[in-house]
Amino acid sequence: MKNKISFHFYLMILPLVVLFFVLHTFPFLQGLFYSLTNWKGYGPWEFTGLHNYTQMFRDPKIAEAYLFTFKFTICATLLVNILSMSIACGLNAKIKLKNFLRAVYFLPYILGSLVVSYVFKQIFSNIIPVWAKALGIPALSVNILGTNHAWLGILFVTVWQSLAFNTIIYLSGLQSIDPDVYEAASIDGCTGFRTFRKITFPLIAPFFTINMVLCGKGFLMMFDQVLALTNGGPGTTTQTIAVLIYKRGFNGGQFAYQSANAAVLFFVVIGLSLFQMKFLERREKKYE
Amino acid sequence: MNNSTLSLRTQPKAVVNWPITILLLIGSSIFILGVLYITLVVALKDTTQMTRVLSLPKPLVLKNFAEAWKMTDYPRKFLNTLIITVICLPFTLITNSAAAYAITRNRDKSKFFNGVYYYFISALFIPFQVLMLPLVKQASFFHLDNILGITFLYIVFGLPMNTFLYCGYVRSLPKSIEEAALIEGLNPMQIFIRIVFPIMKPIHSTVAILSIMWTWNDFLMPLLLLTKADNQTLQLAQYVFQTQFSTNYNLAFASYILVLFPVVAVYIFFQRWIIAGVTSGAVKS
Repeated sequence: MKNKISFHFYLMILPLVVLFFVLHTFPFLQGLFYSLTNWKGYGPWEFTGLHNYTQMFRDPKIAEAYLFTFKFTICATLLVNILSMSIACGLNAKIKLKNFLRAVYFLPYILGSLVVSYVFKQIFSNIIPVWAKALGIPALSVNILGTNHAWLGILFVTVWQSLAFNTIIYLSGLQSIDPDVYEAASIDGCTGFRTFRKITFPLIAPFFTINMVLCGKGFLMMFDQVLALTNGGPGTTTQTIAVLIYKRGFNGGQFAYQSANAAVLFFVVIGLSLFQMKFLERREKKYE
Repeated sequence: MNNSTLSLRTQPKAVVNWPITILLLIGSSIFILGVLYITLVVALKDTTQMTRVLSLPKPLVLKNFAEAWKMTDYPRKFLNTLIITVICLPFTLITNSAAAYAITRNRDKSKFFNGVYYYFISALFIPFQVLMLPLVKQASFFHLDNILGITFLYIVFGLPMNTFLYCGYVRSLPKSIEEAALIEGLNPMQIFIRIVFPIMKPIHSTVAILSIMWTWNDFLMPLLLLTKADNQTLQLAQYVFQTQFSTNYNLAFASYILVLFPVVAVYIFFQRWIIAGVTSGAVKS
């Protein structure tokens, strides 16, 4: 093959590279730049260096949002992965109605997260309290979204919706395992949970990595569900970083300040993703 | 491929695992089908029938749907969402697969193409929140804050994920056919259009499903860019009308059903194809 690359290949990517730079990278760089100013989103501005960043560390609202988002991300990631792995194992077992069950468990994936959140919001506020009163369960007889436990409601809806996609990824991982491996294991006397721990899990480790990274990244940027279910409330107890950036950045005159917040979120996401990939891939290697 | 693994799997004594079957059935009927059932029956009732939520509606109240249809200007919003999804799809498939093809075939030879690969992939880790504030200014500067403009943004913003999926697939394609075609005198563009694009079908379907789901269900981008009522999508309309539903939740559920129904209807017909499409993308990655 000649080393010269045909101009056709450049034709295929150059327009997209230019568009991607103009519409994605440029706003990204602008965001980073504005984070070093005091711009309100309109009017004159001045260069203020790292002032926004130092300010952020002293801002209790920001600290609260980060704490909540981290707590939420950890809980949601753990729950989603445990549940979706269990469901995937179930769907991969020798069961009746396999195709029907797979179709049902994948259904939440195709439904828009905003409308799903609204459906659950109505169920939490109008349906569950009525049932709980009738059944005499005082803990559930109030709308959970209006209480200190509002985040559990958000957690439930988020997990409900995220399960489907992660289940599909685990399921495709499980299907890539050669059934002979299981046969050999059962001859060696390996059964039940031991089989899962010693054979299934190591073999689907790469899928575990993908799911952990996708979950971590996705939940750190949680937006739709919070906006629809609680709008960050009651008070600001369920305000995620993404919601805070949106609300204060567009309506609070904090364009530059929230750009700094977004930049920090960017470093957190990058850091966490790289850490997860490094750490989990090392785990994968151990089994090879 | 699928058939052979299936037949292998049924070889050892095929005993149906009833406990797991029953557990999965109970789980799905309470948490998934149950939720949809509640949504549907509440939408078909009026407030006087709400003492027993789970009972079937009697009489059926269809005026909730008529009212939600009129109130949210449903046909207009449906059409907007459909236009965005339908225009976005072919352009995404063609442009993004061409880019991935060009990248994969030249990555080893050229620093530029290799650089573009990492440029696109690294954008996967950039949260949308970092650029959304400036993007709104940018979009209004280029007059992209309308239906066609947002379509354009979806095509470009899908690139990182799609490059990742397409490049993984192209790498697994044998080069020999392309080399033969090159000797026959076809140029790389013709090779891509006539040979490579058609054999990428499995990954096209993955990208197509992800793209359709994203553009149909997205809420944040329309919220930021489609401020005019005429431009709004189905999801955005739910957000805009939310406060007006608060007094009448039968009406609210009717409106939710109107938004969920088209997707569920399509899903019922194509579910096997949809699940297989998403799975093949997931396995590749």
